Amino acid sequence: MKTNELKARDHFHHHVYPSPFHSRQAQANKQNVWSRWADYLSVPTYYDTSLEYFSARNSCGVFDLTPMVKHRVSGPDALAYLNRLVTRDVSKLKAGRVGYAVWCNDEGQVIDDGTIFHLSPGVYRVCSQEHQIDWFMTSALGFDVEIVDETHDVAGLAVQGPTSCAILKKMGLQGVENLTPFGMQSFAFEGTQLGVSRTGYTGDLGYELWIDPEHAEVLWDRLFEAGKFHGIRPLGSEALEMLRIEAGFILAGVDFLPAQHAVRPTHTRSPLELGLAWLVDFKKPVFTGRRALLAEQKRGSRYALVKLDIDGNKVAHDSYVYTRDKTFAGTITSAMWSPSAKASIALASLEAPHGKPGEELLVEIYYQRELKWNRVMAPCRVVESVFWDPPRKRLTPPADF
Amino acid sequence: MTSLNKLNHIVIIGAGHNGLVCAAYLAKAGKKVTVIEAASQVGGAAATREFAPGFRVSSCAHLLTMLDKDISRDLQLESHGLSMARKNLSTIALGQDGEHLVVSGDQVDGKVSSADQVAFKEYRRFMSRFAKVIGKLHNRIPPRFASGNRSDLIQLGKLALDIRLLGRDDMREFLRIAGINIYDVLQENFNSDLLKGALAMDGVLGAFSGPRSNNSVFTALHRLSGNTSDPAGSLSLPRGGMGAVSDALASAARKHGVQIRTSCPVARITMEGDRVVGVELANGEQVLADAVVSNADPKTTFLGLLGARNLEAGFAQKIKNTRAKGNAAKLHLALSGLPEFTGLRAEQLGERLVIAPDLHYIEKAFNHCKYGEYSARPALEIVFPSVSDASLAPAGHHVMSAIVQYAPHELKGGWAAGKSAFTDVVLDLLEQYAPDIRSKAVMAEMLTPLDIEREFRMTGGHWHHGELSLDQFLMLRPVPGAAQYATPVNGLYLCGAGSHPGGGVMGSAGRNAAKALLAR
Repeated sequence: MKTNELKARDHFHHHVYPSPFHSRQAQANKQNVWSRWADYLSVPTYYDTSLEYFSARNSCGVFDLTPMVKHRVSGPDALAYLNRLVTRDVSKLKAGRVGYAVWCNDEGQVIDDGTIFHLSPGVYRVCSQEHQIDWFMTSALGFDVEIVDETHDVAGLAVQGPTSCAILKKMGLQGVENLTPFGMQSFAFEGTQLGVSRTGYTGDLGYELWIDPEHAEVLWDRLFEAGKFHGIRPLGSEALEMLRIEAGFILAGVDFLPAQHAVRPTHTRSPLELGLAWLVDFKKPVFTGRRALLAEQKRGSRYALVKLDIDGNKVAHDSYVYTRDKTFAGTITSAMWSPSAKASIALASLEAPHGKPGEELLVEIYYQRELKWNRVMAPCRVVESVFWDPPRKRLTPPADF
Repeated sequence: MTSLNKLNHIVIIGAGHNGLVCAAYLAKAGKKVTVIEAASQVGGAAATREFAPGFRVSSCAHLLTMLDKDISRDLQLESHGLSMARKNLSTIALGQDGEHLVVSGDQVDGKVSSADQVAFKEYRRFMSRFAKVIGKLHNRIPPRFASGNRSDLIQLGKLALDIRLLGRDDMREFLRIAGINIYDVLQENFNSDLLKGALAMDGVLGAFSGPRSNNSVFTALHRLSGNTSDPAGSLSLPRGGMGAVSDALASAARKHGVQIRTSCPVARITMEGDRVVGVELANGEQVLADAVVSNADPKTTFLGLLGARNLEAGFAQKIKNTRAKGNAAKLHLALSGLPEFTGLRAEQLGERLVIAPDLHYIEKAFNHCKYGEYSARPALEIVFPSVSDASLAPAGHHVMSAIVQYAPHELKGGWAAGKSAFTDVVLDLLEQYAPDIRSKAVMAEMLTPLDIEREFRMTGGHWHHGELSLDQFLMLRPVPGAAQYATPVNGLYLCGAGSHPGGGVMGSAGRNAAKALLAR
């Protein structure tokens, strides 16, 4: 990042920015409750978390993802740089494609996860949960690469749900239905370029739209106009949290501790311990964390992040997990009652050797009923497949509405 | 492409003394070893070269003080031609008034109080004793913390035991002063400003520090810590200059079958997959090896020859952050005759002369360096090796070699513009002690840290290949993860002064590296 750009930003005077969609969010935010996500104001619930959740599952939910930290990576060594940064092989990511990735420190512990957008040959956008410019710059030693934090230069909306494609078509994005999952394309829109990627955090059919902040409001207006008869609704972060757990997506700071936040080094997790071994390509000769991960592969991991299907209807927030003979096996990291799966589901971090698919365990759930605390030892089992995985997620072109 | 027998072939980058020691020990153990040197002669910073027609001088290190006696014995360096032109040099602290102090062993002669003379005996006693604790570490592969490895624990235990065996009072004193500044320790012990100045010089030589900087006691201890058969810190002049040490090492290495190739700069260390497989020379030639041992400094090795992109990011950052700012310059004078130093007899010029009249003088000299300037009044360590070794200059002529502190690696305004002015500063200073020195100087050669960096290929022109301080010592040298001579890169090892126990022409880093390789 260039120093003058840093100086030009007066972010330290503002504790938090309004999103470029703020005027529209304020109209829709019937609860008038605001939360903070990274540098921006965000909406936890516009009107009703459940209804927002169902709009994304049954019609279309629109989520403001401007606060997502975004970096532009370019220059002659951009690919070599990214390949050394993340654990997966970025050379397989063709221009116009998006890939999920994690990056580690030298100890093989996950710093953050995010998505890499191969915008045009040799030019990439890396989205992350946490601010990464310091680590990205540290990693740039020896590479001819330019890295810019473009969080504030790009506004983003996630448009998720079964009618999302139909709405985008109606908004005039001709051919958007031909985008395959993790594909992206640019469209002329209101005198600017609108980037569309078939990506999301809901495990369903959905798209993410990227535009310059000056055109944020017109995008919002055109989108909601086009979706008027397709059940379009704004989506708050609490409903999104439900959607992502059903989809089996992990969240930094919730399901794992980002390595650079850790005071106690044993509290972090490696990609292998997060069920992300598929993202680690040992065929690459050098990437940060490789040596430690090779050693871990040999020695065995300490933890496994798993999906649990829990008997009963109690939500296993913050619970301990035990074996059937009641020895400690791990803790729950995310839990919910899944309206779609009609089950109590959870993500859990289990100590080795636990976490094999099909393993039968117990979850110790404390719950209140009219202010009275109760405890249940709910039987549960480790499951492999995600709780929400509709075929329409992959179908191209998606069904019309 | 040269096809060398790949099996058990080890390539060593750099024929400095540590590279040669490492090569000799590996070859002795039956390995096929090739040493590849960029310069036209072996020796690195332990070299002798002609700087004016007929005048030769030790071009970087100019006194031998730490050469490990076991290495001398194992490699039979005497039979390979190493001999001393002069041993046990005294240190003469030059007084501005011509009243000098002569320090030999634990004796101080000159205008000092008897209290200072007694205090000096005690100072020598405890400093030599503490230096032994450090010296015992020199020939060990540094232990790792929390590795769970038994031999690491034993090594750490040995260190703790060595400190404990100092006894209650000395142990307390060792722990109290080992990390602090030499200014405070000298103030506690002595009255004579001139004595304190000369002793402080040992705490700052080659270090980016003044007497008041923390770690300056450690620098002084390190200088006394050599594993030699002479009293701690004894100074010698090898016959033929420091290059004679390297020539003897090269001869010993060759005898054991080491191939040494000079004038062959290595362009890069080559990798195949995640393994180092050899080196590529500047002329494009590929030399294959099962292991590459680098005697180059850590920054040159990792960030230059290998490239940061072949390292994991955290490790590369740690290497980048190691401190290696040289701030000592060398001044070489070719002289038509011996200059006359006020208050010194001619034969006393065979000793080590120090210009550091008091503690503040050195501290003020260091102040300049912190801000990218050279010292207005530098501190000097001076030898006239030709007094003891006539081979270095034409008959009746002499050479002078001086370490000049301080000169920053990066001078404000650049060395191209500043070098001749700095040379004048040093000559003006010398004239105050030896009024005829300028008239006898046939030629002066000044090596700034930038020149030292270029000539000896040492990052920052730092003769220890990186600041030698407690935070860059033992298991922290050069950085954790590469402190046991093996590096995080498969097939790549370190053997130079950037590794434990540092520079100073002792050879221990080279021998420890060979030990580490042979143990794998």
